[in-house]
Amino acid sequence: MSVLAHLPALVVIAPLLTSPLVLLLKPRGLAWLAALVASLASFAIAIALTTSVLEGTTPGYEMGGWPAPYGIGLTIDALSAIVLLVVTGASSFALLAGRASIDSQIAPARQPYFYAAWLLAVAGFLGIAVSADAFNIFVFMEISSLACYVLIAGGPDRRALPAVFKYLIIGTVAATFYLIGVGLIYMMTGTLALADMESRIEAVADQSPILVAAGFITIGLALKAAVFPLHVWLPNAYTHAPHIVTVFLAACATKVAIYVLLRFDFFVFQQNLIGHELQFSFFLLPLAVLAVLIASGAALAESNLKRLLAYSSIAQIGYILLGASLVSVEGLTAGIVHLFNHALAKGALFLAVAGLALGASGLDLEDLRGIARKRPWTMAAFVAASLSLIGMPGTAGFISKWYLITAAIEQGPLGMVLVTVIVVSSLMALAYIWRVVEPAYFQSSETSSSAGEPAASTRGGAISWLAAVTWIAVAANFYFGLQPALPLSLAANAAGLLLGHMP
Amino acid sequence: MEILGYFNYWVFAIVLMIGLYAVIARGNLIKKLLGLSIFQSAVFLMYITMDKVEGGTAPIIQPGAVDQLYSNPLPQVLILTAIVVGVSTTALGLAIVVRIREAYGSIEEADILEEDIYDPEDQKEDPIP
Repeated sequence: MSVLAHLPALVVIAPLLTSPLVLLLKPRGLAWLAALVASLASFAIAIALTTSVLEGTTPGYEMGGWPAPYGIGLTIDALSAIVLLVVTGASSFALLAGRASIDSQIAPARQPYFYAAWLLAVAGFLGIAVSADAFNIFVFMEISSLACYVLIAGGPDRRALPAVFKYLIIGTVAATFYLIGVGLIYMMTGTLALADMESRIEAVADQSPILVAAGFITIGLALKAAVFPLHVWLPNAYTHAPHIVTVFLAACATKVAIYVLLRFDFFVFQQNLIGHELQFSFFLLPLAVLAVLIASGAALAESNLKRLLAYSSIAQIGYILLGASLVSVEGLTAGIVHLFNHALAKGALFLAVAGLALGASGLDLEDLRGIARKRPWTMAAFVAASLSLIGMPGTAGFISKWYLITAAIEQGPLGMVLVTVIVVSSLMALAYIWRVVEPAYFQSSETSSSAGEPAASTRGGAISWLAAVTWIAVAANFYFGLQPALPLSLAANAAGLLLGHMP
Repeated sequence: MEILGYFNYWVFAIVLMIGLYAVIARGNLIKKLLGLSIFQSAVFLMYITMDKVEGGTAPIIQPGAVDQLYSNPLPQVLILTAIVVGVSTTALGLAIVVRIREAYGSIEEADILEEDIYDPEDQKEDPIP
């Protein structure tokens, strides 16, 4: 067998095996380089896999040569491919850009551990995306969560500790709920492979353990995905994490949970449980609308830049679920495209924030007065990326909102309400981004240039490097705004798969 | 008796809720972690219960024994993995509690919240640890 046949496994194994290796690399430059190389290797494999998915194949793999019901199968369809791209891309960009930011926040002696945890988190997220086995997903979910807790707590901000403790408690409860659900399904169907569950669950669909399992799994994953009102762990965890960790988490942590939610609810339950589609919509649609409105409102009142963007993330998760809860091909396409586009926009925004934080006195909006004069390129990147967040035509964010609105209109009178919600929340996004832009461009810093600019000459190179990578991420936002074929065809393909089994 | 027949599942549900209650109601971080462990143990019980076959023995192939009745080994293997996950979660949680104690001088949730609210000038960025 050529190496190509092993790609579905290698995409996970590359970061997983590099992780212990990184621990041995004491000079921190090498540790960073090894982590970056592993991440880029996964990115390259993800691109290769996506290419073959676009050609119409479904790369699969049998771990250890055991066929699916006995061994653990890996399957990569369009939905997994999009998640693979998001995770590996976010990790590669963050590592590529983040050396200076990581150096400023994490002590050199600890950095090998930091990079090892980073790679474990990447491997966990990727493992969830490629796995076709419910229990394997649980194991990878816990690997990625444990690594994420370590990453968030790794920074100098002590408020990260209570935040991460809360995340650990809620994350573990969520994973345990998922485990209970999987156990109940196993009890009724005797299988853990998703494909077998799908075919066998119909015979027992009217049994109450299956309904209970659907509830446990949906709630557990909604907790992990920070669906409003189960989002309480998210703002503090994002705000107090090291800046580069926030870039990575904001781009993919919740997206992967949404991926599992969609996969379970559509593949396993949707076509088999009578009325599941209605229950799913009635449960998630109101929550999605509330998330969009309330989280955007909270962002309007926030005074810390990272927390403001964290609330904006909760609102964006609302958009993704809004699309999914319409249970139509158009709605799902919009939701999945938004999963991709929001990762692009939020990743670029948090990269810009990491650049602003280097040498700045803090990230409260008051601290940002006049920052545009000190960091013109980084601030300009922030503004450009926020155009994509708001959904300006020509950016990636516009594409997903356009599809979302089109899908909503098809729903009749209710759809018009949803369109209003989308438009209002876009205006709110404009308003909360303006709250950042105004002090940055139109107010001058009172402390003037004497304070808060340590050793500008040595950091100058690092800051321009970070700004350059941020601009590449911003350019990707515009590229996918003008050439949306790749995410759109993947998303349409995935939506077709998700709904393909519907009666 | 239908209800007694589900005895283990009743215990599972009750233990699960005891654990969840402790997680929500207790302010002490260690007690929260204890609750979390109880919560997870309940799930172990559920998996172990479902694999039991009446009269079944351990699933080991013995020479001479034909038509032997075995308990299902798969949930046992699964829950072994889940126990490992639970242990690592508890260990990480305890490690975080140690660091919270070092940074805040308390492991009571209320004290920690209070300290962050009333002490905003207590240096946002500690020196790099």
